[in-house]
Amino acid sequence: MSVRRGMRCRKCGAPAVINMPQHKLALCEEHYLEWVPARVGQTIKRFRMFRPEDKVLVAVSGGKDSLALWDILHRLGYAVEGLYIDLGIGGGYSAQSKEKVQAFAETRGGLPFRVVDVRETYGCSIPELAQRSRRGAKTCSLCGLVKRHIMNRIAYEGGFAAIATGHNLDDEAAVLMQNTLHWQAGYLGRQAPVLPSTHPHLARKVKPLCLMYEREMAAYSLVRGINYIYDECPYSVGAKTIFYKELLNQLEGRSPGAKLHFYLSFLKAKEEGTIRFMEEEEVQMQNCRRCGQPTTAGDLCAFCRLWERPEMAVCGPAEEFEA
Amino acid sequence: MVKLILRDKTWELPAGMTVRDAIKKAGLDPHAVLAMRDGKLINEETLTRPGDVITLISVISGG
Ligand SMILES: [Zn+2]
Ligand SMILES: [Zn+2]
Repeated sequence: MSVRRGMRCRKCGAPAVINMPQHKLALCEEHYLEWVPARVGQTIKRFRMFRPEDKVLVAVSGGKDSLALWDILHRLGYAVEGLYIDLGIGGGYSAQSKEKVQAFAETRGGLPFRVVDVRETYGCSIPELAQRSRRGAKTCSLCGLVKRHIMNRIAYEGGFAAIATGHNLDDEAAVLMQNTLHWQAGYLGRQAPVLPSTHPHLARKVKPLCLMYEREMAAYSLVRGINYIYDECPYSVGAKTIFYKELLNQLEGRSPGAKLHFYLSFLKAKEEGTIRFMEEEEVQMQNCRRCGQPTTAGDLCAFCRLWERPEMAVCGPAEEFEA
Repeated sequence: MVKLILRDKTWELPAGMTVRDAIKKAGLDPHAVLAMRDGKLINEETLTRPGDVITLISVISGG
């Protein structure tokens, strides 16, 4: 019988908990817990996401990526505050994810975070909003619109330098693949680890996990004992993103590092100008008369227009607008 | 035998192969799951032993 020594940590020789062929690196628990924040810290500096003295808002959903991001930024010593948006999604999804966020903050000595309850604040939960929407707007796109609005509002009111989200490399590579297959030039032009602020009411958006494999983030959460919500949002089941992630994983199996290379070479080609996308035309931006966020169509932004429609009357009046 | 568990699915496989081979035998992609044994994360080169119960954690989310 052959004796296999098994895979060992490159730093100390203890049994490895994770093997990362994409980095030709295997690590034990202890060294993995050091390696992850170091790599995220380098990513923050490499893309000049924010400075050590900046106040950063972390959007947390209760999932593995956003909770791990919050944990890592806190460990790196950044001044972070969590933002949980209660979407009011049923089947226990919103209730459970909120519990995970609260428990996480508590077990770490009471990390600061805010909760914005969509229903309490605006009168309607996301599913109710989708139900009442006349044109049968997709729940996920409405949800995206509402979340963006709230994140921008909280970042503006709280004086945050940036909003950090938990998008990982697999998320970014899947979106990149999808946009490339459809030659979505507009989206490709904008996809980046940092989205600068173009208006005082629009926050800077950063993705500190953009070079971390999704597998690496799940492993970090497990080893670190982060209790995250494992179930998917019921509305995202069967999302197209999963299909692209599976395709990319097949590629990764043939050629370790393929996902990272795909994303990084895209960023490099844009930076060096070997691929270029047309500059977006300078569109005339107006300030929304209700919320102050910029809009290109009329005097109300897309978010405020949502609540203006007659069928939404049952939802109002929203407290945000009373001031 | 070795038991592999992913959410509400289980597989029974012979012991002695690597975790990676067991995952593949179950028809899953080793890139899409992590393996835990006795509450600890184990790398995919680890050999399975008779009586092992290996819990798989899916790493892919929709977003
Ligand atoms: Zn080690
Ligand atoms: Zn508005």
